[in-house]
Amino acid sequence: MAKIIGGITTSHIPAIGVAIDKGLEDTPYYRDLFAIYPPIREWLNEEKPDIAVLFYNDHGLEMWLDKKPTFAIGCAPEYENADEGWGIKPIPPVTGETELSWHIVNHLIENDFDPTVCQDIKVDHGATVPMTLLWPNHTYQGIKVIPVSINCERHPMPKPSRSYAFGKAIGDAIRCWEKDAKVVVLGTGGLSHQLDGPRAGILNGDFDNYCMDKLVSDPQELCKFSNVDLIEKGGAQMVELAMWLAMRGALGEGIPEERLRNYVSPISNTGVGVQLLIPKD
Amino acid sequence: MTDYKMRPVEGTIHFDGAQATKGFNFNKMCFSFNNEDARQAFLADPEAYMEKFKLSEEFKQALRDKDLNKLLELGGSIYYMAKLAGIFGWNMQVIGGMQSGRTTEEFQAYLDSQGRGKTTNG
Repeated sequence: MAKIIGGITTSHIPAIGVAIDKGLEDTPYYRDLFAIYPPIREWLNEEKPDIAVLFYNDHGLEMWLDKKPTFAIGCAPEYENADEGWGIKPIPPVTGETELSWHIVNHLIENDFDPTVCQDIKVDHGATVPMTLLWPNHTYQGIKVIPVSINCERHPMPKPSRSYAFGKAIGDAIRCWEKDAKVVVLGTGGLSHQLDGPRAGILNGDFDNYCMDKLVSDPQELCKFSNVDLIEKGGAQMVELAMWLAMRGALGEGIPEERLRNYVSPISNTGVGVQLLIPKD
Repeated sequence: MTDYKMRPVEGTIHFDGAQATKGFNFNKMCFSFNNEDARQAFLADPEAYMEKFKLSEEFKQALRDKDLNKLLELGGSIYYMAKLAGIFGWNMQVIGGMQSGRTTEEFQAYLDSQGRGKTTNG
């Protein structure tokens, strides 16, 4: 049977992708942020997951406003990325895992979730920056990826509780897949930031750390927030907590071990959190 | 009747259905800037490019003025407006400053003033 061996949360801000392109990882501005990745990569190298289920939000590359799914799941053998208009270099395609994708789709629809099913999508920096951070120098091509997108761009967005439940259903689907496979689940984006309007630049380190604490010990507390609550506390893009909650939902109800945590703020306009959670058997 | 209007947050325009409806053509134009040829076509003749996407005069003037808060008010989405950054050579700190009435340096200082440095248990 397939097994979820861990969950990783990480930011996906474009500036981090640009910093990698330019080799700025060891500069004073970025050093503390990048310091957390070698131990995470070490864990990945030891555990060798076969598949990564990656929760992300599309920022107007593939899923723009004309047809914007609330939840969507990739069922493609391969995912390309492309020019997004402002400077991250596209990376070679990410390999898909169609069999588990379709198993998850079947399980979700049988359990009353109805995502958009995508056989041909490009993935944007929301997916490629985390892949590059966790498997640098294109070594991600050895792992199969299932991208799952959540609308964080246009209201109404799914409630935090719904993203958690959606992730939980995906976790259940993985655990009942009959093939032996090790799966890691990635929650990307966040934490506090606001890019738009006169309130741009707001950060909330206390709230970010509260969210990281509760994500481990009591995610139901975070599910009590509405998206407007999150916007008030951590800025308009704090709603990206959706992907963290989906990841946590997939790990199951027991309290996982928090193996690693890092929090650096600000990077670009964002409070950047990283966690490695190991579910208990 | 149930009212689905979102609770207001100061200094923030929720990008909801009403905003998305008003801003559709503008956001569609910005979406086109994923393509390098489109960015070059805009730079070569902004007026013709805006006309091609049937922007209202208000939208055209706000873009001529690079008035980002006005563009948001008219229905722009920050995710699509970010694609203007490639055209005009902005980064998110420049954009943050333009919207919050600060110079880029002042905006960076504002970010830093809320900064937390590193906290880790790893």
